[in-house]
Amino acid sequence: MSLAERILAGEIRAAARLMRDIDDNLPSSRDELRRLFTHTGKAFLIGITGPPGAGKSTLVDQVTATFRRRGKRVGIVAVDPTSPFTGGAILGDRIRMNRHADDDGVFIRSLATRGHLGGLSRSTADVANVMDAMGMDIVIIETVGVGQDEVDIVRLAHTTLVVMVPGMGDDIQAIKAGILEIGDLFVVNKADRDGADRTVRELSFMLEMNHYEESSWRPPVMKTEAQRGTGVEELVEMVESHHDWLKQSGEIDSLLRDKQGTLFQLLLKERLFAEVWGPLQKSGAYDELLDAILARTSDPYSAVDELLAKRLQS
Amino acid sequence: MSERKLRILVGKPGLDGHDRGAKIIARAFRDAGFEVIYTGLHQTPDQIVSAAIQEDVDCIGLSILSGAHNTLLPKVCELLREKKADDILVFGGGVIPEDDIPGLKAAGITEVFTPGASTEDIVAWVKKAVIPR
Repeated sequence: MSLAERILAGEIRAAARLMRDIDDNLPSSRDELRRLFTHTGKAFLIGITGPPGAGKSTLVDQVTATFRRRGKRVGIVAVDPTSPFTGGAILGDRIRMNRHADDDGVFIRSLATRGHLGGLSRSTADVANVMDAMGMDIVIIETVGVGQDEVDIVRLAHTTLVVMVPGMGDDIQAIKAGILEIGDLFVVNKADRDGADRTVRELSFMLEMNHYEESSWRPPVMKTEAQRGTGVEELVEMVESHHDWLKQSGEIDSLLRDKQGTLFQLLLKERLFAEVWGPLQKSGAYDELLDAILARTSDPYSAVDELLAKRLQS
Repeated sequence: MSERKLRILVGKPGLDGHDRGAKIIARAFRDAGFEVIYTGLHQTPDQIVSAAIQEDVDCIGLSILSGAHNTLLPKVCELLREKKADDILVFGGGVIPEDDIPGLKAAGITEVFTPGASTEDIVAWVKKAVIPR
């Protein structure tokens, strides 16, 4: 039996194995994903992003508990950074989610970025697809602790939560780029701390300055204390309101189209690059090419032109 | 463009709250280029085994200082067998008397590191003993 068939039959180890194959970029994983694709598109994807230490993992834990009480099955993809120096990673998001470890209705997978920028790993979308095919109703994707322009999550999730904490510096940080545009919901976590109300006010004020159409979704700013679960029920209600709005307004159609478009382009880029890069590197032509460029007998622009011309002819 | 990356779970079963050793070894594994799933303190064998399966790790390293190693470590191996996941290697480290080691190995623990083992030794052992599947 193929991994895909075993996954559809409910085998956990097969799913875990395919996620590994995807992460390690084995060619066989593409065949399995192909088989699973028609079984995807049912899960509701929630992205959670924000700076390191904002309480993302704790919030994921609480949101998961709330969905579990409502009888939903939950998949979690938690992304942490790979060390650029050693290629290793410590994936520690599970620490805050351990109470769900032996719940059959929850599947948690930790991923390392492996050099991918943007707050997610290359494999995140496909791993979320596997969870979708496993029959998870909700898939929560937690990005690495991000600061400013790591905004890939917005192209993957139906609803994106941006988690902030009081006292993260002046409000100009938030308006530089990215963060204010990607949130469907803003959460000021650790709301028992000094300055929480001020952070809520500042965020609300800056969001007011975004341009909204009459019919568009206005991102609310909510307060939580994830550690104690305060405000989580209300947060989940709001996430569901956003989901309803997506469906009622028809926004979901363009969102899904954009998302598939982005994934398609990424896949195409990756495959095209591999097609050219693989043979170039293996044949040793890459070294010669670099020598020529360094000696200024060739230049990178013509080298790429020639390479592409040759490749596209064949 | 593909290569298997070694994935390893580091956890602390049972009730003792001393995680410094576990954190040091997690860091050493990271520096060796492994992906370390660190599950933290106070884990039940059930939680450890579920996490290991969901994360598709090649091996599990358990740090234990409470004296409950003769119960908790074999329990992890037993659950792995039950879930047909005993291809995942288990090793332990901590304050474990020499006399207990043969019993633990008979129960399925591949290796036991006692105080004095260096992180280099442990990393070298993992590199030799564990082949990413």
